[in-house]
Amino acid sequence: MSILISIVVGVLFAAGVYLMMRRTIVQLLLGLGMIGNAANLMIFNASGLQRSRPPLVPEGGTVPPTPHADPVPQALILTAIVISFGVIAFALALADRAHREVGSDHVGELRSSDE
Amino acid sequence: MTNLIALPIVVPLGTAAACLLAWNQPRRQRVVSLVGAFALVIIAVVLLTIVLRTGPQVLHVGGWRAPFGISLVADTIGVVLVAMTAVVGLAVVVDSLKTVGPEREAYGYHPLVHILLMGVGGAFLTGDLFNLYVWFEVLLISSFVLLSLGAERPQLEAALKYVTLNLIASSVFLCALGLMYGTLGTLNLADLAQRLANGEGRGFGIPLSMMFLVAFGVKAGLVPLHAWLPASYHTPPASVSALFAGLLTKVGVVALLKVFLLAFRFDPPMTDTVLAWMAGMTMLFGGIGAMVQNDLRRLLAFSVLNGIGAMVMGISLRSEAGTSATVLYMLHSAVATVAAFLLAGEVHRRTGHYDLRQMGGLARVAPGLSVAWFIVALALVGVPPLSGFFGKLALVRAGIQGGQGWSVGILLGSSLLVLAAFLRAWNLAFAREGEGGRPGRGVPLAGATLAAGTVAFAFLLAPLAAVCARIGFEMARPEDTVIGTLGTPDPSLKPESVR
Repeated sequence: MSILISIVVGVLFAAGVYLMMRRTIVQLLLGLGMIGNAANLMIFNASGLQRSRPPLVPEGGTVPPTPHADPVPQALILTAIVISFGVIAFALALADRAHREVGSDHVGELRSSDE
Repeated sequence: MTNLIALPIVVPLGTAAACLLAWNQPRRQRVVSLVGAFALVIIAVVLLTIVLRTGPQVLHVGGWRAPFGISLVADTIGVVLVAMTAVVGLAVVVDSLKTVGPEREAYGYHPLVHILLMGVGGAFLTGDLFNLYVWFEVLLISSFVLLSLGAERPQLEAALKYVTLNLIASSVFLCALGLMYGTLGTLNLADLAQRLANGEGRGFGIPLSMMFLVAFGVKAGLVPLHAWLPASYHTPPASVSALFAGLLTKVGVVALLKVFLLAFRFDPPMTDTVLAWMAGMTMLFGGIGAMVQNDLRRLLAFSVLNGIGAMVMGISLRSEAGTSATVLYMLHSAVATVAAFLLAGEVHRRTGHYDLRQMGGLARVAPGLSVAWFIVALALVGVPPLSGFFGKLALVRAGIQGGQGWSVGILLGSSLLVLAAFLRAWNLAFAREGEGGRPGRGVPLAGATLAAGTVAFAFLLAPLAAVCARIGFEMARPEDTVIGTLGTPDPSLKPESVR
């Protein structure tokens, strides 16, 4: 299972990087979104995958039965998802405005700030 | 008392909230912003005196003990840099009271500046690596918006490049965090240092440290991860550029310092060599790039790159002398770089543009500005008795002691290149015959004060060097200092997430 998720993470990273090197701004942002998702999935994978073992303390016990699903990386991923959601929202607004100012969707046209 | 540690985060947040409440009243926003910046300076100075007197303090946020909760650690390097942030913030706010136009103030310029200051303060004070990621994102997002506020075409283009490269860095940072949690079971910096010292996860040291190097290297602007810096720092208004150049790259450098000197202490010297090579290339890129620039702000951006290389060179030495030299240089660089950008903004206001080829004769019409600019330029290069000289002298000494003579050679050589760049700019804009600009004897208050600060640095050298030496001492002995901030963990609550 862990290997399967690792392969998925790799494919997502590859797809994201490929998209980021394409011609239009929208493809660039789609690639960024994919890379963000790949990073989140990687956190999920790297901290150990468990099936059907929630970290709940049974009655009369003090600790959840090991091994259990680790709640910390899930909290990390949630935070990361929220942050990347905000950033992608801003980036989309930025891309829209840039498209209007520059007049073209082509990434190579973004050159007036380089001398 | 330990709750004071949270104040450098809470005070700018409160200021930003108060500015947002006064959304349609720019005059009130300016007052609130100025008061908030002053308050931050006072808090920072109070915190600094407390920590210098009683040693590092720690606040376990929410009462959750480390390493299960997030701890804010006020060690000497943290509070010194928070004080630096507060001073830079005050200078930028004072300058932007007059210079930021209403179209930017109407869309939240002042709250954004304070959110950025909050992010920087949080990044300097946090003791948890994931919390560091969160503060990185806070300051990153506010810098995205500040960069594009005003929506001129160069700004939007620069913002797209800046956003892209920094988001890649954030993703790499996230991956590194995930892998670190998977192999070592903790993200608290002190706990990490302790576990690595006990021998856990040694085999993963190099890949993890290299991932962190990439993530923080993009943020710091190390070659070859630096491309976003000269592409974006010259596009926003001068006070925003000053804020970025004075603070943002230093957060990346400090993150590198903490992670490499505290956590990855037992890796083979290969990581230090990689850092030293990247620092050397950064210094050279900065120097060579600065010499061919015609835009004044882009020239300053390349000199910022040069400074970053110098700071990371001090980190790569992995010695007490190297760390204290890095921090001393950082303090100089904050003052001098912010002054340089603020004065460049004044040049723009006098002449109407930033292109050096179209300027000339400013020395005749604006003598005060010329004197201040010349002083700041020499300070950035490292001419005695200005501030840059002491920073570079400390780095040279540490480099020779550490046996890295070639780094010292690159440092001095690139200083010559930056000197050539600044002299060319002086000649083109100030010294040669030309129509000058709007005449006037005045100099902007913030820029002039910081320029005077580069001169006063020499008189304050003794206490500054003592504080930096103390920082070097603390960083070289994490067992006694940083790990002590963990507190005593409850043995019955051992996490079993180590694989």
